[in-house]
Amino acid sequence: MELNAVTIGFFIFSVFTLGGGIGVVTTRNLFQGTIWLMVSLFGVAGYFVLLSAPFLAAVQILVYIGAIAILITFAVMLTRSVTRIRERYIRTVPSFVASLALFLVLLFGVTVPIFGEQNPEAIPAFVMTTRDLGVALVDADGYVAPFLLASILLTAAMIGAIFIARDEES
Amino acid sequence: MDELCTGLCKLMAEAGADVGLAQFVSLLVGVLLVSGVPLVTVILLIWVERKVAARIQDRIGPNRVGPLGLLQTFADMLKLLSKEDITPTAADRILYNIAPLVSFASVVLIWAVIPFTPFHYGVDLEIGALYFVAIASFGTLSIMAAGWASNNKYALLGAFRVVALLVSYEVPLVFALLAPVMLAGSMSLVDIVNAQTGMWFVVLSPLAFVIFYISSQAETGRAPFDLIEAESELVAGFNIEYSGMKFGMFFAAEFLHVFTNGILMALLFFGGWMGPLFYESPLIAFAWLGVKGTIIYLTTLWLRNTVPRLRIDQIMAFNWKFLVPLSIANLIFLSLALKILQELGMAPRDLIGASFAEVLPATIVMLLINLAMTVYLLGIMRKRGREARRESQAGAALARAGAAGD
Repeated sequence: MELNAVTIGFFIFSVFTLGGGIGVVTTRNLFQGTIWLMVSLFGVAGYFVLLSAPFLAAVQILVYIGAIAILITFAVMLTRSVTRIRERYIRTVPSFVASLALFLVLLFGVTVPIFGEQNPEAIPAFVMTTRDLGVALVDADGYVAPFLLASILLTAAMIGAIFIARDEES
Repeated sequence: MDELCTGLCKLMAEAGADVGLAQFVSLLVGVLLVSGVPLVTVILLIWVERKVAARIQDRIGPNRVGPLGLLQTFADMLKLLSKEDITPTAADRILYNIAPLVSFASVVLIWAVIPFTPFHYGVDLEIGALYFVAIASFGTLSIMAAGWASNNKYALLGAFRVVALLVSYEVPLVFALLAPVMLAGSMSLVDIVNAQTGMWFVVLSPLAFVIFYISSQAETGRAPFDLIEAESELVAGFNIEYSGMKFGMFFAAEFLHVFTNGILMALLFFGGWMGPLFYESPLIAFAWLGVKGTIIYLTTLWLRNTVPRLRIDQIMAFNWKFLVPLSIANLIFLSLALKILQELGMAPRDLIGASFAEVLPATIVMLLINLAMTVYLLGIMRKRGREARRESQAGAALARAGAAGD
């Protein structure tokens, strides 16, 4: 691996992503945990930039940091004890087994060529622009069906949430 | 020499410097210049804001330090810098100290994508408009962090209210932002301005501009949405524990944000650097952008100093029951009209570089649609206002009857 700007960027963002993840699971303070989660998600946005997908990077920040993480902070602050949590997670053995299995599967999938020979040179030097992404989402030959299905699902979920949260008398 | 090395870098490389070094130096100069503009502007903005507010309230405003009080901000800065740097004992030290930096950075980072002239910008991102929205979410985050890290219940309550306000008004802001993006067919701010050669987008979609204006007034926390610093209700809001330059950072971020929004509106709706003779010299183009941005900025100051503060429930009701449905309806009508006009051949498929005559028929149709929507809206508002008045009068009559009965 040669040392260039992309490689350095990759390592910096990896530190953000993994360090943030470690912060989330080790801190005894729920609010700091959400901040660490945002650091981790920010690192993932950096990966998208390195992969020439600026649209996904911006959406990652907008949706995960701007919306979801802010909602989590709201929820965290409405809980009784935010700092100095004493409860410990007790199901360590199943968690350990599950994460080890996931790690091995990923390692196996990356290193062993199950889906044919991996050849980095074979990937066409084609950079997908934001316009291409937009066209693919509404093109009949592209992903219009999954896109519409996801939209309907989200709308249904939203209406359901409003219905559940509504007062009985109103 | 590759295409990355132009301008200053090219000059340096031709003079015999190492290409890599020349590239680095020219990028560094660029970054310093782009981030320097907002940093210098904010010093002047504070003076402008105080002077305008004073004039509207029939006062003189700062007039002691320097000619016309121009140096007042420097005196204030020295005062803030020389104050004791206090961190409350029970505060979360790291978050407490990082929050003001994130707040200011979230505004300065917007300037990276702002094109000052057709050729001078930090970077012409393909996703410029979306970048602006994404960066704005860091501002929300910094307020939340400041409110929580202060470990003060008033700060936390203030932060709650402000974040609820900011998150809510982001929705109509994004929907209104989609109007220029859709008209230009691009999210790049340079393309959006270039698409306005024929007609400014404020004429093609005035409702989108009004929605964007109202929501950005709310995003900056200015009256009538100034819950951020509702002194009479919250002591001081989320920044109550901050003093010295850390308070100054929040303060400067807010002032700069208002001006940045003025410039953004000039770019998105008022043709940015377009104006008579802008192609003659980048300086004229830059001046046009500055003039347009400043006029919009001054109207926001005027509004801020004229209207009273709304209650939080009124602000939320106005947003969710009026602004959000309106912005969605506006977007649906806009996209339908645009597509139909393009199919009929009345509007150019690509507005970038289109002439005035080409855009004129589409402009008239769009204006009529917007006019119809406005008339309909005014009708709804009138009906709602009447109902509210009748209810309050009925309530008052009941109260009088009750008082008489005792």
